[in-house]
Amino acid sequence: MNFLVFVKQVPDTETKIQIAGDGKSIVEDGVNFIVSPYDEIAIEEALLRKEALGGEITVATMGPNRGEAALRTALAMGCDKAVHLEDGAFEGADSFATAKALAAVVKKLNPDLVFFGKQGVGTDNTQVGQMVAEMAGFGHIGMCVKLEVDGDKIKGEREIEGGRETVEVSLPAVVVAQKGLNEPRYPALRGIMQAKRKPIEKLTVADLGLSADEVGAAGSRTEFASLELPPAREAGKKLEVEPEVAAKEIVAFLKNEAKAL
Amino acid sequence: MILVFAEQRDGVLKKASKEAVSEGKRLSSKLSVPVAALLMGKGADQAVDEVKKFGPDKVFVMEGASLDQYSADGFAEATANVAKEQGATVILFPATTMGVDVSPRVAARVEAGLVSDITGLDVADGKLVAIKPVYSGKALATVKFKSDIQMVTLRSNVFPLEENSSAPEVTKVDAAGISPKGMVVSTELKEGGKVELGEAAIIVSGGRGLKGPENFPLIEEVARLLGGAVGASRAAVDAGWIEHSHQVGQTGKVVSPVVYIACGISGAIQHIAGMGSSKFIIAINKDEDAPIFNIASLGIVGDLFKIIPALTEELKKLA
Ligand SMILES: Cc1cc2nc3c(=O)[nH]c(=O)nc-3n(C[C@H](O)[C@H](O)[C@H](O)COP(=O)(O)OP(=O)(O)OC[C@H]3O[C@@H](n4cnc5c(N)ncnc54)[C@H](O)[C@@H]3O)c2cc1C
Repeated sequence: MNFLVFVKQVPDTETKIQIAGDGKSIVEDGVNFIVSPYDEIAIEEALLRKEALGGEITVATMGPNRGEAALRTALAMGCDKAVHLEDGAFEGADSFATAKALAAVVKKLNPDLVFFGKQGVGTDNTQVGQMVAEMAGFGHIGMCVKLEVDGDKIKGEREIEGGRETVEVSLPAVVVAQKGLNEPRYPALRGIMQAKRKPIEKLTVADLGLSADEVGAAGSRTEFASLELPPAREAGKKLEVEPEVAAKEIVAFLKNEAKAL
Repeated sequence: MILVFAEQRDGVLKKASKEAVSEGKRLSSKLSVPVAALLMGKGADQAVDEVKKFGPDKVFVMEGASLDQYSADGFAEATANVAKEQGATVILFPATTMGVDVSPRVAARVEAGLVSDITGLDVADGKLVAIKPVYSGKALATVKFKSDIQMVTLRSNVFPLEENSSAPEVTKVDAAGISPKGMVVSTELKEGGKVELGEAAIIVSGGRGLKGPENFPLIEEVARLLGGAVGASRAAVDAGWIEHSHQVGQTGKVVSPVVYIACGISGAIQHIAGMGSSKFIIAINKDEDAPIFNIASLGIVGDLFKIIPALTEELKKLA
């Protein structure tokens, strides 16, 4: 089977966010970039499927040169080869323009099963996997927490309010991974060594048969007008009192301030 | 026209859908265009009376064999068809698991910009301006649209409900011609009556301070007495004390209830990412320097194993 995993490089979740001089992006100096945690789950699921069914896994990312580190991590975990969409024209893409480019990769590589993480930690959009599925004409399973491949179809469970639902989709298909699907492995030393020799193919807008106005900022349907730090939350009163008194204070707060009782 | 995807399951309209229709109504006066609610799938017909209470000018009802079970691509195709036929310029979705699953496919179909999980919405020069938390709420982005059709999903519990009874024209839309690629084959709902985390007005959440799974009933009881839902930190989830579906935070759910009660939770940046936009935060922690106190509207320093039983007693007196 032919697997394709899309990953995104994002600031470490510990990052203290500072707004850059343009007022709409963050300061990247000193920021540690990692593979988005949900994408690690997507990679792991592809690895598990390959171990069970055989085949080949391509990992792909779109982004600046530093994105190569994310691809090396995925290769060290066990992916076979990598594709890097690196072209100035891809810059400034919103979800729509990103999906446009990634759907072109799907078309080019013709995979049976495509994996995404639920969201890129940072932009927190939860859009690209579903958009790519639509643009590629594939079915998808969103927020997938359990997956079974059964011949030419897949069956997966997804979380919904108050429970789970099981979705069946025929291949080719997109799976959007949610936490709970698996526990991603750490790359072993041997994997890290091997990753250095695995190929990373660079693709430009032209290589994908797209034009520059379909991707990046030009192809985007939305744009950040500004980015601000949220208003600081003021701490209220802090009490260290007998439990019974504390309980009465909480109830009074719920009643009088929160008006929740 | 403003089209609101009003999610319903088996005839029951989601609270988040009511919020979305309420917001659609408010936008409709700002933009001077009519607002329509779209009800889809099995039971859609039974949700009409409920949706009318929130003031739509029109209601579209779409039922049919191909929509009896939820299907992301089927529902997206159906929604996009209505949007195109009606010339919708704004499409609102609740940021429910269904809204989040369907909306990107609709955006791809109608070539619209989509901003997810927004917490604010305004109009400038006839176009929408959305406020969206990014970096897990560590920053707020103001997002504008370049596309003709503008789409957003609305975070639950943020946009106020507003009853506004209307007598809308109700139109049945034919679902023939829709052939879903992926389809729900079964649904498993946990015992009824429990309040869903994403929709709860009050959340009582437990962390590593609860010490073990045997102590979760302590906070479940408080949640029950308050009519709220139970949340958890990742530490509690990773220890296997409670299911992941209860996890609040960067790699769990993002919630914004009226009151969030954090019990034995230190307040790691990744946890705050999921609950920092709650209206009021009450923290119970024995460590007076725990970071959670920096954002707590009410902080109680002490042993939760003494305070929670006392709170339970106090709440029972009210019942
Ligand atoms: C990529 C990534 C993603 C993450 N995503 C999430 C996420 O989505 N959600 C999340 O929650 N975390 C997440 N984390 C983990 C996060 O960093 C913290 O480790 C976690 O939130 C800690 O949980 P906790 O507060 O329950 O435990 P701790 O930090 O151990 O805090 C326990 C608290 O309980 C208090 N306590 C102990 N006993 C008592 C008592 N008897 N009475 C009162 N108080 C008591 C202690 O004083 C302490 O403050 C993530 C981490 C990473 C790296």
